[in-house]
Amino acid sequence: MKRRSPVFRKIEERAARVVSILILTVSLGAMLGIIGTTLIRGLPVLSWSFITQPSKPYGIESSGIANAFQGTLYITAMATLITLPLAVLGGIWLAEFGRNSRLGNAIRFCANVMMGIPSIITGLFIYAVWVVPTGHFSGFAGSLALGIIMFPIVLRTTEDMLLLVPDSLREASLALGMNRVRATLQVVCRSAKSGLITGILMAFARVSGETAPLLFTALWSNSWCGHYFSGPTANLPVLITEYTTNSPYEAQHAAGWGAALVMMIVILALNLLVRYFFTERKA
Amino acid sequence: MTIDTLFRRLCFTCAILLPVLLLCIFASLAFHSTQAWKTFGFSFLFSTDWDPMTDKYGAFPSIVGTLATTGIAMIFAVPLSFMTAFYLSDIPRHSSAPLSAGLDLLAAIPSVIYGMWGLFVLVPFMQTKIQPFIVHTLHLKNCPLIGGEYNGFGCFTAGIVLALMVIPFISAMMRDVFMMTPPLLKESAMGIGCTRWETARDIVMRYGLRGLVGAVFIGLGRALGETMAVLFIIGNTMTIPKGIFGSGTTIAATLANHFAEADGLLKSVLFALGIILLILSFTVQILTQYFLNRAKAKRGER
Repeated sequence: MKRRSPVFRKIEERAARVVSILILTVSLGAMLGIIGTTLIRGLPVLSWSFITQPSKPYGIESSGIANAFQGTLYITAMATLITLPLAVLGGIWLAEFGRNSRLGNAIRFCANVMMGIPSIITGLFIYAVWVVPTGHFSGFAGSLALGIIMFPIVLRTTEDMLLLVPDSLREASLALGMNRVRATLQVVCRSAKSGLITGILMAFARVSGETAPLLFTALWSNSWCGHYFSGPTANLPVLITEYTTNSPYEAQHAAGWGAALVMMIVILALNLLVRYFFTERKA
Repeated sequence: MTIDTLFRRLCFTCAILLPVLLLCIFASLAFHSTQAWKTFGFSFLFSTDWDPMTDKYGAFPSIVGTLATTGIAMIFAVPLSFMTAFYLSDIPRHSSAPLSAGLDLLAAIPSVIYGMWGLFVLVPFMQTKIQPFIVHTLHLKNCPLIGGEYNGFGCFTAGIVLALMVIPFISAMMRDVFMMTPPLLKESAMGIGCTRWETARDIVMRYGLRGLVGAVFIGLGRALGETMAVLFIIGNTMTIPKGIFGSGTTIAATLANHFAEADGLLKSVLFALGIILLILSFTVQILTQYFLNRAKAKRGER
């Protein structure tokens, strides 16, 4: 090996440290920049009417984002409702019945791959299998698209959390004469409860900011969400997209920042909640 | 049939639903894009046409744009993430924990907000400060990849936003790789007089190479399919970008832009683009899993 002078190595070490501190500052600075910009530009728009009034076409006074917020809530809640039982049961199969089996590994592999598939593709898929046959865009189609994104996430976290439960607990409950269903649901799932909640909240937070899958499914509208199953449904991410890219008006850009601020606060709050649960579990 | 068998079968049905869904996604995109493949054949991949009047379409500009933005993003993100992970694993836990938490929050910000920030803050900044500096002050306008034209939008700016988006993901995974290197190895390196940087470069990087590559591929997969952040910034012209500052489009941005108004052949073409993107990211994901599993196997051998 070539000898290198200690001076050079010392300088290299210092340089690496300085550069890494610099880089961390830049990436955290960018984060603060993004959050800061959203705060600065979004705060002036926030008012009581902004969060209680539905959005209106440009030029009408007292336009708000309440309908979009309601729509986002409907769409993500429905996505969670549809996906949750399926994904949790699937996760239970992987952790309890399909452990180390070839099929189990294949399914786990599929789930990992599916987590990385671009979200816009799920929008395309739901457009093809739901929007085209039913003949109209709908909030429900948006829920389906988000549900597909949630499915592998919740499935894998369920599996991981259940695997953390020691086998002795399973054996003990079976030895007491419980059947597998009760042992799984009442003992194993219960002791993994906070982990499961963490996973679900994480998936919820992740999809509530997704925009791309909603572009071709839920679309967007100015009304309240009366047509959740049968017509375009307002939602925050697409509202932001519309106001930022398709509008020449300053007022709508500002409203877009306001909406972005509301969405960011909700999502960051959800994430902090997840962290809270997670540290609870560790303690 | 006992309740246990019933439960087991129910769970199995739910689990098997996932691969079925994956197959369905492939099948439906393939089915809806048949018209495009029949009309253009495989030359569709390399054709640069995009003319709704004569119904001639090609995927090449979108593919080039996708690869260019992803490439630029990775050039920035990989070294930056490595250094971030190096620093985070090196400092004491009580000071690294809040910084890691900050990075995790950065990963949670929705991509549409990155897009907005890019459009309203980064694009003007690039247009008035960075790009003039590179083109005029550094006199790089004759450099073939750069070119003298710029307007703030384009692949370069989009790549930077993508890099910011994927850094938290890559650096979090790389930090885990740093942490999982056996302490004995690191301590031995320190013991024979290696500096921290030499330990990171010669021991951790060699030991956890597969894990690091897996982390890079995770970021790559995210950058490849990202829609909103790119859509706002790329410029959305259906041409091959003239240089790194040139406007262009990516597959995801093309889909988002044209899908709502398209019908007939154009719709089929967009589905064809969709399946190209799906196959690209599918390949990346499989490579990711391969490297991560190899990394896991290596840790298991110990």
